[in-house]
Amino acid sequence: MDIKTGFFYLFSAVLLFAAFRVITARNPVYAALYLVLAFFQAAAVWMLLKAEFLAISLVLVYVGAVMVLFLFVVMMLDINVDSLRAGFWKHFPVAATVGAIIALEMAAVLMGGFRLAEEPRAAAAAASAADFSNTKELGKLLYSEYLYPLEIAAVILLVAIVAAIALTLRQRKDSRHMDPADQVKVRARDRIRIVQMPPTVVEPEPQPAPAAAEGKA
Amino acid sequence: MTLTLGHFLSLGAILFALSVIGIFLNRRNLIVMLMAIELMLLAVNMNFVAFSYYLGDMHGQVFVFFILTVAAAESAIGLAILVLLFRNKSNINVEELNTLKG
Repeated sequence: MDIKTGFFYLFSAVLLFAAFRVITARNPVYAALYLVLAFFQAAAVWMLLKAEFLAISLVLVYVGAVMVLFLFVVMMLDINVDSLRAGFWKHFPVAATVGAIIALEMAAVLMGGFRLAEEPRAAAAAASAADFSNTKELGKLLYSEYLYPLEIAAVILLVAIVAAIALTLRQRKDSRHMDPADQVKVRARDRIRIVQMPPTVVEPEPQPAPAAAEGKA
Repeated sequence: MTLTLGHFLSLGAILFALSVIGIFLNRRNLIVMLMAIELMLLAVNMNFVAFSYYLGDMHGQVFVFFILTVAAAESAIGLAILVLLFRNKSNINVEELNTLKG
């Protein structure tokens, strides 16, 4: 048993433990943190498979972006954990059955086949040369043969950005903002309305003629 | 004892089964369901990388790259929907999401 096998079992054990804790953790924050651990272990396993670029990008993209997003959302929402945990073990028989079926079926397939690949093939052996660059090979393939799918992936990311912002954007009801287009389009007669009105002349009240009263007195 | 393709495929299979169990267990918690989906995608990617290494074919790693992209987009939109849901209903209980039920 060489050291690579030992590392594989170490990383796999931690990965499976972390995955188990993700699905059983009481607090979603702990679940997110265990998921970070699981991604790190998966990246380490991919390193064993000489997929360096994907291992690094898994750490950067998932741990750096997606899991931070998860943590933000988990901490932002005020979740009542107890109500979500009610009936947690009620579904356990179904879950165990389905999980066992999946594991058994996959074991049946794995036991029967894939004897062909006991050893990495010649191309993989060439990949273990000292000056082989996984990133360079992946880049060549990605930018030549898979150029259009790459563009589509970029568009998918753009659509995801737009959709996420459009879904969560919220107009404040109490903000009094101006529409600049309306401001530009305005003309003087929209602002001031000149109304023709007949002048109202206040008639001077007839004087009670105090002089005459004095004259009488 | 050297590592074979079966080792990595078994790891992926166990990981996938664990995340399926997680989806069944966390029937009410939408956040942990999303995390279980991420774990499933990780298991699938593990298979892709293992096949890519043992068959000496780089195309599998290109597929992992695209799956990572789509998974990032999916989780971003899923979390946006989750935030929207929490804003409207004040909880994320999946079993109360029956507004569209006829």
